Amino acid sequence: MSTAVTPQSGEPVFYEVDEHPHPEGHSTSLGFWIYLMSDCLIFAMLFAAFGVLGGNYAAGPGPKDLFDLNLVAINTAMLLFSSITYGFAMLEMVKGNTSKVLLWLAITGLFGLAFLGIELYEFHHMIHEGAGPQRSAFLSSFFTLVGTHGLHVTFGLIWLVTLMVQVSRKGLILANQRRLMCLSMFWHFLDVIWIGVFTFVYLMGVLR
Amino acid sequence: MVAPTNVPVSPIFGRLTLESLPFHEPILVATFAVVATGGIVVLGLLTYFRLWGYLWKEWFTSVDHKKIGIMYMVLGIIMLLRGFADAVMMRLQQAMAFNGSDGYLPAHHYDQVFTAHGVIMIFFVAMPLVTGLMNYVVPLQIGARDVSFPFLNNFSFWMTVGGAVLIMMSLFIGEFAKTGWLAYPPLSGISYSPDVGVDYYIWGLQVAGVGTTLSGVNLICTIVKMRAPGMTMMKMPVFTWTSLCTNVLIVATFPVLTAVLALLSLDRYVGTNFFTSDLGGSPMLYVNLIWIWGHPEVYILVLPAFGIFSEVTSTFTGKRLFGYTSMVYATVVITILSYLVWLHHFFTMGSGASVNSFFGITTMIISIPTGAKMFNWLFTMYRGRIRFEVPMMYTVAFMLTFAVGGMTGVLLAVPPADFVLHNSLFLVAHFHNVIIGGVVFGLFAGIYFWFPKAFGFRLDPFWGKMSFWFWLVGYWFAFTPLYVLGLMGVTRRLRVFDDPSLQIWFQIAAFGAFLVALGILSFIIQIGVSILKRDQLRDTTGDPWDARTLEWATSSPPPDYNFAFTPVIHDSDAWWDMKKRGYKRPLTGYKPIHMPKNTGTGVLLAACSVAMGFGLIWYMWWLAALSFIALVAIAIGHTFNYNRDFDIPADVVTRTEEERTRLLASQVNA
Amino acid sequence: MRRLRFLAVLPLLAVLCGCNLVVLHPSGDIAAQQRDLIVISTILMLLIIIPVMITTVLFAWKYRKGNTEAKYEPDWHHSTKLELLIWSAPLLIIICLGALTWIATHLLDPYRPLDRISPTQQVAAGTKPLEVQVVALDWKWLFIYPEYGVATLNEMAAPVDRPITFSLTASSVMNSFFVPALAGQIYTMPGMETKLHAVINKAGTYRGFSANYSGAGFTHMQFEFKGLSTADFDGWVAGVKAGKDGALTRQVYLQLERPSEKVPVHFYPTVDPALFKAVVNMCVEPGKMCSSDMMALDAKGGLGLDSARSMLSLTYDKYARRGSTVFGGQQTFVVGLCAPEDLSAAASAPLSVGGARVIGGGQPAGFTPISAPSAVQLPTLRPSNI
Repeated sequence: MSTAVTPQSGEPVFYEVDEHPHPEGHSTSLGFWIYLMSDCLIFAMLFAAFGVLGGNYAAGPGPKDLFDLNLVAINTAMLLFSSITYGFAMLEMVKGNTSKVLLWLAITGLFGLAFLGIELYEFHHMIHEGAGPQRSAFLSSFFTLVGTHGLHVTFGLIWLVTLMVQVSRKGLILANQRRLMCLSMFWHFLDVIWIGVFTFVYLMGVLR
Repeated sequence: MVAPTNVPVSPIFGRLTLESLPFHEPILVATFAVVATGGIVVLGLLTYFRLWGYLWKEWFTSVDHKKIGIMYMVLGIIMLLRGFADAVMMRLQQAMAFNGSDGYLPAHHYDQVFTAHGVIMIFFVAMPLVTGLMNYVVPLQIGARDVSFPFLNNFSFWMTVGGAVLIMMSLFIGEFAKTGWLAYPPLSGISYSPDVGVDYYIWGLQVAGVGTTLSGVNLICTIVKMRAPGMTMMKMPVFTWTSLCTNVLIVATFPVLTAVLALLSLDRYVGTNFFTSDLGGSPMLYVNLIWIWGHPEVYILVLPAFGIFSEVTSTFTGKRLFGYTSMVYATVVITILSYLVWLHHFFTMGSGASVNSFFGITTMIISIPTGAKMFNWLFTMYRGRIRFEVPMMYTVAFMLTFAVGGMTGVLLAVPPADFVLHNSLFLVAHFHNVIIGGVVFGLFAGIYFWFPKAFGFRLDPFWGKMSFWFWLVGYWFAFTPLYVLGLMGVTRRLRVFDDPSLQIWFQIAAFGAFLVALGILSFIIQIGVSILKRDQLRDTTGDPWDARTLEWATSSPPPDYNFAFTPVIHDSDAWWDMKKRGYKRPLTGYKPIHMPKNTGTGVLLAACSVAMGFGLIWYMWWLAALSFIALVAIAIGHTFNYNRDFDIPADVVTRTEEERTRLLASQVNA
Repeated sequence: MRRLRFLAVLPLLAVLCGCNLVVLHPSGDIAAQQRDLIVISTILMLLIIIPVMITTVLFAWKYRKGNTEAKYEPDWHHSTKLELLIWSAPLLIIICLGALTWIATHLLDPYRPLDRISPTQQVAAGTKPLEVQVVALDWKWLFIYPEYGVATLNEMAAPVDRPITFSLTASSVMNSFFVPALAGQIYTMPGMETKLHAVINKAGTYRGFSANYSGAGFTHMQFEFKGLSTADFDGWVAGVKAGKDGALTRQVYLQLERPSEKVPVHFYPTVDPALFKAVVNMCVEPGKMCSSDMMALDAKGGLGLDSARSMLSLTYDKYARRGSTVFGGQQTFVVGLCAPEDLSAAASAPLSVGGARVIGGGQPAGFTPISAPSAVQLPTLRPSNI
């Protein structure tokens, strides 16, 4: 051994001869988790705003007049199914089956699109009725909370398509696996948020 | 879409017209002339010396945390000049506007000046300086080669610059907010602020806020994941600890600011009713939410300063920090408690006695860990050998100044006392007392302390001391009168005064501001003089202060890769421990080092964000839409680049390290 | 506590400049108690701050590098005893201060009616406080005295040693009502009512102003607060009643609330008794639904889908600084459901469905009683039908 770093017996080691590996992306999942938590805080603020303002209908229509629970149930089902299908995509990823991953991702994307479509229909319907976000603080906070979630789903879809292109080009290389993992967390996170929206906004709104 | 009735919106220029340019305000025209001339000279020099390529390749696109840290510092110092110019304008106005005089600033201008002063000093001076120091020092202190996400770091920096650019634009194109630095609605709503000012405020902060949040995520990951082997949490240097807590606070509070500003912008653009008084909206909600961000923000700024003082004290007393463990716990306790005190900013809203006293008492409780920290520094000095270099002078000045600021802070936390002191100049004096006495002194101590590490030569001590004394004396001259005026029942943000007995105090305060101006001038001279005298001030050892933590183990300035070999840590004062136990620098066996590549994507993304913000501010929808599409497209394009790293070859490492070996040897021989 | 009083006189600066540290020399009992609290808390904290500052200087001097006499222990960094001390000393101070805070905050809660008018004098049983309704306008102060049926602008008076009950609100943006000599400040907010209780103990003219920045005219948003003997106060009220500014009706108020600066003192001999309530509920404008009604309807679940369009545009530029949103269109308000003549009827009988009418702009103000049942079906609410 010619290196000067061999410790004399009993002497402390002050540096590593061999680089301990910091492989690329070693902190990505932690970083993405922290990012998700910060995003979660944005939703927390929107929920808080809804909690404070959700009862202020300004002598206008309230949740009972506006929400169609059947539609919301279908919508929720779309998003939950998309989460399951994303799970299948991840299982196929572990098996290394590129084409099946792509297939499940496509199905996930379709469910996501259906969710968005239903949400847009609901929004359009409400605005058409005159119950737009300007009508009352309740509606402002409703549209903003649900709309922000919808915006996240939209970006999730853009990301999903991007990833499908990348997976089909490069295959399931490590970088792509990491990205699929991140999108997976993001997608399930949106599911969790939606469960909050469904419960606090729609169900409790109608029960109130 | 209904166009507003009161503003004509052209499809191309939005609501931007020639009248938006402030030709009718001589002060602004003169400022513009100066800035433009200066800018042209700088640009000309850069072109003449062919520095553009160098700047772009070596700095703007750099993902090296050290270079990004330095760029943050440069940004902070440039913005300090702007923010301080605003302060001087206010001081002059208030010192002049007596005996029927209206001063020299009309309300329209004055109200922008005090808003801009607050916004710039917090978001574009204190934040970049704090983030810059953390960026530079933390990876070195924990023995890492870079941060966890080097590209994200570059992007964060440019987003901060983007926010600053938008704020600076408001000086010459249109106007800035006239609402006070937190833009309370309904005043900041479209009804009472229909102009572009509040929109500049919103988009400036939103763009910069993205950068701040992401840089918070980045530094948390870096500290959690990239520490050198052996560095357990309780062996981290105190500055790293305070940085960790600060970044946790950033990640846990800036989203709140983002959300609340987004809601305000919806109110202003779409006509929602979050913070209007009508149709069920609640302006009080805004005040609560913005302070849920706003109070932790104070600790975001001051915690790193506490960390700097800890490093400085133990270094210049030549002594281990007293009570490391309680220092760490105090930091963590402050971090947590900072969330539970926001309501003390508006006791006067009539929340009821129990709520008010709860928040008053939680506020007071924060003074316990802060007090413990104070004692820790005190007992670190005890039985030390104190070298009064400039950073240590700042530390002692901080301890004396901050004690007073802390005391008036606790006083303001007593709700009935706050009822008579709230919004008064006493309050203004208090928060300048803690921000200048705490944050600014800390930052100057830090700059002086780590400058030799970053540039390889020390700062000139004479001009450093000049700057220190001007700042210290200037601070007391500028703000003691404000304490007195507050007790005379004078409220903040007033433009003219009737009572002639107040004038003398404002004149003293203006004199104080003049002294601080000399302090800033001395600081700039100090940098110039130090560059000229760099050969005398050269640090060849890498450890000019006989310091204690890991950043001093490498050369000054450190090589791109920071450490040729990853260090192994046995003690919280790692470098001190290494020196004491006869560490010998490895001289052979270098290996190639894996490093991230530079990229210009961050600059492009930030430029698109600025364009989008500008489009939104002026209702130029085509610009906003185009730049948004470009933003998304560039971001996606960036993800198609899988080839982001390279290896520094072993022979380059060997050459660099052998150079240092020669330097160290010459040091010993001399 | 009385012994500490002399400390309030101490600040040398005041003696030197002869300036008026009004916060430390107030003329009202509430402000005096707040002053005492400032003094006591400061002394409590100085107990620890002064020793710390002295030791800082002492240690900095004693352990300077040049002083080789002093002990040097580079590795001494822990002492359990000292750690206990440095955590418990601030803790003790904060426990004292916290207890003091809890008590004082409850005693000096601005919402709490007074039980004393000076340290030596309790409020006599049966004393009726002077009621004053305060409206912060852009940028002036309106004071309504319901007891006397008068109102004043930018000048306020109160008899010495009689408790005052303030009800406060604002017309457009947030302000803060502050008379340092009298009592601590309280925010005035549009659409909301805050309360303040205080008493003035010394006759004199004091400065009152807004302590929360509210826009361009903020600097001049000042008024004189006059503490008067009972006789003088009666004379002052008589003077207001002889005022030349006419009745303060809703129409006059709507003119008055437009932004203006440095407005001279106005005396209004009569005032619309429901004006303040209408201001708080933001329904001074004709035809606008009051927020109290709105809230009552909201508590019952809103007004159903048809009410989505029960909105009118604000057709005139109320504040002259009003802008409108680019995507949201004109600013709108919810139309009121009934006419003023229904008011008296509503007092005796609940509102009948057929009696509900929508009032458009230009008609007399609608001040809606809350009794409108939630089941009310209002097919006629659309603006096009008005």
